This record gives sequence, C-alpha cells and structure tokens, in this order.
Amino acid sequence: MNLGPYAGFIVAAYAAALAVVVILIGWIVADHRAQRRTLADLEARGIVRRSSPREAA
Amino acid sequence: MSLIDFANPSRFLALVERVLPWLAAATVCAFLVGLYQALLVAPDDYQQGATVKIMFIHVPNAWLAMFCWALMSAAALGTLVWRHPLADVAAKAAAPLGAAFTFLCLLTGSLWGRPMWGTYWVWDGRLTSVLVLFLMYLGVLALWRTVEDPSRAARAVAILTLVGAINLPIIKFSVDWWATLHQPASILRLGGPTIHPSLLAPLMIMGLAFLLLFATLHLAAMRNEILRRRVRALRLMQAQAGA
Repeated sequence: MNLGPYAGFIVAAYAAALAVVVILIGWIVADHRAQRRTLADLEARGIVRRSSPREAA
Repeated sequence: MSLIDFANPSRFLALVERVLPWLAAATVCAFLVGLYQALLVAPDDYQQGATVKIMFIHVPNAWLAMFCWALMSAAALGTLVWRHPLADVAAKAAAPLGAAFTFLCLLTGSLWGRPMWGTYWVWDGRLTSVLVLFLMYLGVLALWRTVEDPSRAARAVAILTLVGAINLPIIKFSVDWWATLHQPASILRLGGPTIHPSLLAPLMIMGLAFLLLFATLHLAAMRNEILRRRVRALRLMQAQAGA
C-alpha cells in the first residue's frame, strides 16, 4: 500500500479516528463498571428500589 | 411484546443485554470488511491520489454528526410531547457521541484539506456550520451538567436541541447556497451519486460500520444512564431515610 507524498495526513486521520473511538469505548466501559459497583454497594447496605426483586421476595 | 413495552427501563435493559454482544460483533465485522476495502482494494483518486482514503472516515463521521443531532431532535419531541421515559435517556446518551463524531469530522476534514486545498481551515458555509454544530453539542453537554434534576435538564436540553435542528439543513445545503472550497453534494443528491462505484462501495461499507458503532455505543451509554438514574434514586432514598 503506497500512500504517496501525503501519507502523514492519511495516517494522522486514521490514528485520530482510532484514538477517539478507543477513548469512547473505554469511557463507556469504565462508566458501566462504576455504576454497577455503586449500585451493588448501595444494595449491599440494604438500600433497594421498591420494585427490586430482592425486596419483593 | 409491543414497542411500547420497551418504555419500561428494566425491559429495555434486558433487551440491551441480549442485543449488545451481537451488535458489537457486527460492528467489528463491518469495520474489518470496510477497512480492507478502503485501504487495500479501493483505487487512488485520479486527482487526489491516496488522500481520498481520508474520505472513508471523514464522510461517515459527517453523516453521524448530523444523524446524531437528528436523533436527539426526535428524542426531544419524545420528551416534550409524549414524555417518553427513555427519550431523554436516549438524548443524553447520544450527545457525547455526537460531539466526538463531529470533532472527528472536523479534524479529518482539516487533515484532508491541507494537502488538497493548501489550508487546514477556511471560514466557508460548510465548515463553519459544522463547527457551529460541534459548539452546540458542547452546549448541550454543558446544560446536562448544569441542571441537577434530570427531568428539568431534559426539558431545557430538548428545547435547545429543537432550536439547533435548524442548523441541519444549513449544513446540508451550505455547499449549494454559498461559494465554498468544500465540494458540492456527491452522494445524497437528486441525480444520484457522482462518485465512481469503486470508491462508493467501500464508503458505504464504512458508513454502515460507523452506524453500527454508533448504535452499539449508544445502547451501552443508554444502559449506563439508566443505571446512573437508579443510583441517584437510591441515594435520594438513603438521604430521606437518614433525614
């Protein structure tokens, strides 16, 4: 694959796209883990939603 | 199960858990095929040479930048008119994704413009209206963070989103209305695409790949937002119990 005299611009564009997508995925995964952890912590302390299965049981 | 059943956040979460792995796998497959076609199969442009490869990421990001605001506008109607419980969740989850795709559109456009136009930036109608779109995304993100109550924030953001939707036709038709360095519409136009099929096919596959990526990230971000609201509700319960 020969990218010609402007290879730096092409590589920079693809690298930037990859970096932004990786940051978005990392942020969403980290946020998901943080919310799950916080919910589990609250439920472990007995704070549950009225509609939660644990309380209904 | 009807569509209205998914208005229930718990049912929606169950659906997301089932769909997300398949959507992620489809996204990876689409990117593998799209990148192979774009980087190894598609020919160089007879005028632009290999820099045309930037088009395969620039154009899908431009489409997503506008699609995401259109989706937020539909969600804004859902919030203001039907008060759908997931409408503002969808809008809030879409905003940072839209900002990221608009940023990529601007950045890759600049990196394409420098070798082709001789400049990274010109204040013409297309570039300026997309920059305005990016600033509106930042405004929406700031507004979500400013108002603590999610339902009050949702109404304010919905109004701002609907007002901002005026910018979408301005972006689309800016290349027709004003003299510009940016090329005129070459894909979504009345006479059909003017791009050669050997470049159009990889572009459409990359467009599909980015659309699948957006769908995957959006559903995952919606799931996070629902969980965040549950955490908020439990903390409010905890505070009330302690008071």
